[in-house]
Amino acid sequence: MSNIEKYTQAFCQAFDIDEETAKKLKFQDIPAWDSVGHMGLVAQLEEAFDIMLEPDDIVDLSSFEKGKEILAKYDITF
Amino acid sequence: MTLNDLFQINPYSLSKAEKQKALTQILHELTNKHYKQCREYAKILDALKYNPAKVSSYADLPFIPVRLFKQFELKSVPQEQITKTLTSSGTSGQAVSKIFLDAENVRNQTKTLNEIISSFIGKSRLPLLLLDTEMIKKDRSMYSARGAGIIGFSIFGRNSTYALDENMNIDVDKVAAFFKEHENEPILMFGYTYMIWQFVVRALEEKNISFNAKNAILFHIGGWKKLKDQAVDALEFNRRVQNCLGNVKVYNYYGMAEQLGSVFVECEHGHMHCSNYSDVIIRRAKDFSEANIGERGLIELLSVLPTSYPGHIILTEDEGAILGEDDCPCGRKGKYFKIFGRIKNAELRGCSDTYEKR
Repeated sequence: MSNIEKYTQAFCQAFDIDEETAKKLKFQDIPAWDSVGHMGLVAQLEEAFDIMLEPDDIVDLSSFEKGKEILAKYDITF
Repeated sequence: MTLNDLFQINPYSLSKAEKQKALTQILHELTNKHYKQCREYAKILDALKYNPAKVSSYADLPFIPVRLFKQFELKSVPQEQITKTLTSSGTSGQAVSKIFLDAENVRNQTKTLNEIISSFIGKSRLPLLLLDTEMIKKDRSMYSARGAGIIGFSIFGRNSTYALDENMNIDVDKVAAFFKEHENEPILMFGYTYMIWQFVVRALEEKNISFNAKNAILFHIGGWKKLKDQAVDALEFNRRVQNCLGNVKVYNYYGMAEQLGSVFVECEHGHMHCSNYSDVIIRRAKDFSEANIGERGLIELLSVLPTSYPGHIILTEDEGAILGEDDCPCGRKGKYFKIFGRIKNAELRGCSDTYEKR
């Protein structure tokens, strides 16, 4: 699976949504992406890419797009 | 200065003069914003004869009593922008505060909490033992301050493990497995003061079980009201926590549902500290004038965070006293203070004072 596939899958699984919805998603757009869901997403991403995000990056992870920028810091390219 | 400027610097770095300037600017702007955008708030300020031209310091800005959040639905953004309604975890029967949050406000709360807490524990995420039950995550649309606190704290940890089951019984095997798995690394624990006392410390003591963490940090919040009834003060609390959990560095912190994020943390010298994001003003109950250092009075809390509701300057029902400013031996700048508890307990002066003293 490519990185973008893994990345999108993490969103789909964390929030139980389809890929199209995932790609446009921002924090709190849907009820599932609240602060509880946020930690679920973090767990999915960390497991998918075998990384550990810093607290700053967890806070900054505010949208699907922003998440890609953040993961770049962990040498994950899309 | 703006909130974003504050995010760039150490959370305890502003000296008195710098802070006076920064907070006056930010809080004055917030007051005007809420005045424009919250009708009820504007009415209150009109009744108080608020005149923006007469403000020379943030201490001149009007404060509103915290109980207004129980009586009215105060918000400064349109309802469709509200993504969270936070309720304070008042005991049954009591009116609860309702705080209306939009996405930006939530983000700023989390960011601020992150700046403050990581200045104490560093940026790496430690294994986290939550001294509470996972059930607090259940009702998500109307989440309680207790749940929000737990989730908010989770960003500092990894492998988050809940120590209590759904009936608030400590899961000894689970906790033992957690300590075993992380025995060679620092660990982080978080919980509410009274829950920790009742469901962890007392429960373990009754079972005659203790753990031996080598290097742990505990952050706890929630107030001492119930523990006071059992004659437990901070020293006793820390001692008993260490007895049953091992080598634990204990940090108490103070915050209100009305101002989540900009919390006050007690330093190594037992002083509650204001960060750059907040301030405390002690008011004399008789005329609401500003009390001197060391003088006891009502606690007014100021926070630069509330943007979606007018909770940036509130008068609490807690009593406290400023101990000093910019000169705590721990090196943190800003005011540091002491909390005596709710005003209604004030009549119990004497004995309650005695066991508040460290």
